Amino acid sequence: MAQVEAELQPQAEAAPKPQGYWSGVLGRLAGDKVAMACLIVIALLILSAVFAPWLGLADPYRGSMIARLKPIGTEGHILGADEQGRDMLARLIYGGRLTLFIGLMPVVFAFFIGSALGIAAGYVGGLTNTIIMRVVDVFFAFPSVLLAIAISGALGAGITNSLVSLTIVFIPPVTRVAEAVTSGVRSLDYIDAARASGAGALTVIRVHVIGNVLSPIFVYATSLTSVCMILAAGLSFLGIGVRPPEPEWGLMLNTLRAAIYVDPWLAALPGVMIFATSLCLNLLSDGLRSAMNVRD
Amino acid sequence: MLSYFLRRLILVLPVAFGVSVVCFMLVQIAPGDPLTAIMPVDATAEQQAAMRAAYGLDKPVPVQYLIWIANLLQGDMGRSIATGRPVAAEVFGAVGNSLLLAFSAAIIAFPIGTFLGFLAGYFRDTVLDRAVTAISIAGVSVPNYWLGIVLVIIFSVNLGWLPSMGAGPGGSQDWHWDWTHIRHLILPAVTLAVVPIGIVARTVRALAGDILSMDFVQALYAKGMSRGDVLRHVARNAAATALSVMGLQLGYLLGGSILIETVFNWPGSGFLLSNAIFQRDLPLLQGTILILAMFFVAMNLIVDVAQAAIDPRIKRS
Repeated sequence: MAQVEAELQPQAEAAPKPQGYWSGVLGRLAGDKVAMACLIVIALLILSAVFAPWLGLADPYRGSMIARLKPIGTEGHILGADEQGRDMLARLIYGGRLTLFIGLMPVVFAFFIGSALGIAAGYVGGLTNTIIMRVVDVFFAFPSVLLAIAISGALGAGITNSLVSLTIVFIPPVTRVAEAVTSGVRSLDYIDAARASGAGALTVIRVHVIGNVLSPIFVYATSLTSVCMILAAGLSFLGIGVRPPEPEWGLMLNTLRAAIYVDPWLAALPGVMIFATSLCLNLLSDGLRSAMNVRD
Repeated sequence: MLSYFLRRLILVLPVAFGVSVVCFMLVQIAPGDPLTAIMPVDATAEQQAAMRAAYGLDKPVPVQYLIWIANLLQGDMGRSIATGRPVAAEVFGAVGNSLLLAFSAAIIAFPIGTFLGFLAGYFRDTVLDRAVTAISIAGVSVPNYWLGIVLVIIFSVNLGWLPSMGAGPGGSQDWHWDWTHIRHLILPAVTLAVVPIGIVARTVRALAGDILSMDFVQALYAKGMSRGDVLRHVARNAAATALSVMGLQLGYLLGGSILIETVFNWPGSGFLLSNAIFQRDLPLLQGTILILAMFFVAMNLIVDVAQAAIDPRIKRS
């Protein structure tokens, strides 16, 4: 008996420990140096934006006539001061609050709304699919920049209006991807098996569909965040996003434009923040895509 | 080919209808009365009602849409509230300038993007590949309105080589193909070209890589075909997809030039659009968006048909 047990023991040990899908993804992502560096940069940006009031920064709203357009490296204003003498470092960090919020939330909203619409269209098919997807086609007829500016321009400036217009811009692409992957899963045998065993549509979607379609939709949505950031700041740059005197990177770029002959590199600073953030979002999304083995 | 074209054309009609509805709705979602801008503050209720009737605003929304679309089909896009000029005249003048800018950017971007992408795909996993990938990621990540400002800082402010504003000396609106005008085109066109360079390079890299790893490439080499001839086969296989991406990019360039036109005061449709937004000139806003979106729809149609003409496999599916 002891001998039998001894023989069985190594076999039991040799069986691979079952590894979850998500721990595998996180493991691969952690091995991707570029993606991790970008994740750290984005995390720092978000943390500094959230905790800005406790960082001992200057008041981002208080200007000073003497400090106007102080160059980068001035005593007391490490990154200089803007056209109203407000501290640039403080405004850049506070600016992350609105820029990141308006740059990321529309994709989050669009992810939920677009996934719901796309999964419904892909699973139900038929007339529902036709109606949803033809409406999506219409919105695809607008280049995203044009659509965002059109809706924001009609609604007028303001944070809520920017969120609304950008969410409308990103729902159609998410819906299209969600519909495509759901239709693919819908035709698989195990869905038929689940339906044959009496499961209702919502149960099948909840148990069998969502788990299989959410990760490609999620990866696709992350690839939209960088465009959304650029567009969000672009709306403020045009003057139809955030209203002054709020610190926001796009708006700061706009108000500092008049100063490019006085202090050009100071005027370019807010754009550096937008560029760095959107670059990190893109690289992180690429890393996530390969970690999750999603093909386009 | 003709039947394929007609089939695609029929599919475009509902989209065009939808686009017109969206453009019409832009005025409906706008807060406030579209007439407040031109209505005298002391207008009596009767005068206001008469004004509303004159603009057809007293009718139900679907009727307003039908009137609008009927006028539209006769080339009447209404009048600009700010200037009183016909919207169609304003828009078409500006769209010409935008097209010039978009085509110039495309002429810069497509050959560079294709060349870089092909290099990267051919020399997969080398330093060259990594460099091109870095360039293309930077290209798609850069906020191009900021890049425009940086280029102005370098080439106008610091070096003083190129002008930073307008489409001609002294804010001239008429385009001529001479050096004084082309100088004004360089910075905005280069700025606008950066994003499509990234996207085209990325697409061509993936395409070239995929096609080069196909069996037929090995077979062509094995039968003794020269490298140049093999690459011609590869290029033909990649052409349809690459062209469709470029066609769509051209559409995006036209619609996406709004921010760049603002940076460089380029007198195109984007410039018109931002003026329309700030003067709350809703008919002009509506008309400009409609024309740009219709251009994009037409571009999609042309791309599809051209793709089918190049690649017979598409027509059959």
